[in-house]
Amino acid sequence: MVTFLARRALLALLVTLTVLTISFALTRLSGDLAVSIAGPQATAQDVEIIRKAYGLDRPLLAQFFDWVGSAASGDLGRSYLYHEPAAKLIRERLPVTLTLGLTGLCIALLTAIPLGILAAMREGSLLDRAIMLIAVIGQAMPSFWLGLLLIIWVGLKLQLLPISGVDTWDGYILPGIVLAFSAIPALMRLTRSGMVDALASDYIRTARAKGLSRASIVLKHALRNAAMPVVAVAAVQLGFMLSGSIVIESVFSLHGVGYLGWESISKNDFPVVQAVVLFLAIVYICLTLLADLLNAVLDPRLRAA
Amino acid sequence: MSGFPPLRRIAAGLGAVIVLGVAFAAIFAPLLVPHDPFLQDLNQRMVPPSWMEGGMPAHLFGTDQLGRDYLSRLIYGARISMLIGVMTVITSGLIGITLGVLGGFFGGRVDDVVMFAITCRLSIPLILVALSVVSLIGSSLTVVVFTLGLLLWDRFAVVARTTTMQVRTLDYVSAAWAAGCSRSYILLREVLPNIVHHLIVVATLEMALAILLEAALSFLGLGVPPPLPSWGLMISEAKDYMFFSPWVIMVPGIALFVLVLGINFLGDGLRDLLGATRDA
Repeated sequence: MVTFLARRALLALLVTLTVLTISFALTRLSGDLAVSIAGPQATAQDVEIIRKAYGLDRPLLAQFFDWVGSAASGDLGRSYLYHEPAAKLIRERLPVTLTLGLTGLCIALLTAIPLGILAAMREGSLLDRAIMLIAVIGQAMPSFWLGLLLIIWVGLKLQLLPISGVDTWDGYILPGIVLAFSAIPALMRLTRSGMVDALASDYIRTARAKGLSRASIVLKHALRNAAMPVVAVAAVQLGFMLSGSIVIESVFSLHGVGYLGWESISKNDFPVVQAVVLFLAIVYICLTLLADLLNAVLDPRLRAA
Repeated sequence: MSGFPPLRRIAAGLGAVIVLGVAFAAIFAPLLVPHDPFLQDLNQRMVPPSWMEGGMPAHLFGTDQLGRDYLSRLIYGARISMLIGVMTVITSGLIGITLGVLGGFFGGRVDDVVMFAITCRLSIPLILVALSVVSLIGSSLTVVVFTLGLLLWDRFAVVARTTTMQVRTLDYVSAAWAAGCSRSYILLREVLPNIVHHLIVVATLEMALAILLEAALSFLGLGVPPPLPSWGLMISEAKDYMFFSPWVIMVPGIALFVLVLGINFLGDGLRDLLGATRDA
């Protein structure tokens, strides 16, 4: 168990270092950062001033080690636009994205697990087919388009829910639904296949033979085993949702981390872009680490590996 | 999968018809369009589709905020979506399959490196990085294709790796080794042909994903540049008018949804078909 943990932690660290390098290289893609910051109207003199002011005249390697060193101590650089530390900007926007991500995950789990169980209990039936069809349709739905449709019909025509901003808690519902849509198909398929396997297993036959009620068999015995991979995948899905929330945040004008990233990209605020990429990557790395741990705790067979 | 082949067959057929139809529209776009998709007519802005009140027979799907014919733009948009889909799959497929096959075939250190590359790729926030790259290099169709191609290879690598591992130990590969075949011969002539049916299914999934991502990037204003009629860009340009005339986002949105659904149906169908021929 300890070796397994140590190996996973080391891997996570190496991945973090790689992402650190990639996020640095990413912002240097344009060739000359100073020219990009200065904008198209700037004179050569302006560019020189900017190059000096932001330390972009130093050797690339020096800039890189500077960035790695300060990132390791929690300093993710300063925003050119807000003149504030990037880490502070992210911290201010994080509650919105986190609430949105968790709302999305809850909606996804509350939809995917019951539907997956239903499909598995009636395997091969019309109901099973209908539920699986929903999964395929969900996968094909462009999230930003679904968001706009919900804004028009649920928000404006029916006036049921707010369509932008999160001044009240119900502002999270529509974006949460859109975000959940991306995760539902995968979670539903996984629940279904896990339940199909579990329901066909020996211990379920034993439980049936003992005369346990159907509800008790499905919910207590089968679901407990089928849920393991679902829990682990849900953690990973949350990571995808947090980094994918950029589109949904812009559709619903939510000022979260994704929106911050998008805004920084369109305004050439590179230190913040760099910081947001790194931050989202680290969140994802931590969540996959958590998923591995959960798997190891729930399934003793994995610990030996 | 037993139980319901007819329905799956219908879905697969429907998928094939949709994909072929869109491909046809993309290839023969200049011959099919009723109007020039770039021609603005400010006297005829936001004309609703012909079946709605105020619609005109000359503009079947109406016109956009600059008076450009919506149907013509939709047909030209099919070019962009198909081009993005196919080119991204080729780029990402080359990267992913090479990495996956090498990792699965050689195992050991090589495999460790491949797994590490996959893990790193997955931890990078996809949309954010794609947006930054397009913003820094400048938005154009080529940049979008290569950005997506360089980002979407992970599933190819995972599937190629797993299937290569399974094939590697099979008798015909051992026979080829025993017959003194070279490593590259075995990789290209024994392993690759026997995993290719799995990769085709991945290709359909990735094509659908690439088309959705391009639309999302264009919707955020950092994908294909205007005035190109990308469906995502059409939705983005129309969204200021959607409250009064919802059809402006319905037309390109439905096109996008139907194409992606068709590709997914086709992918599922190919999975059944290719899986079956292999078992037989």
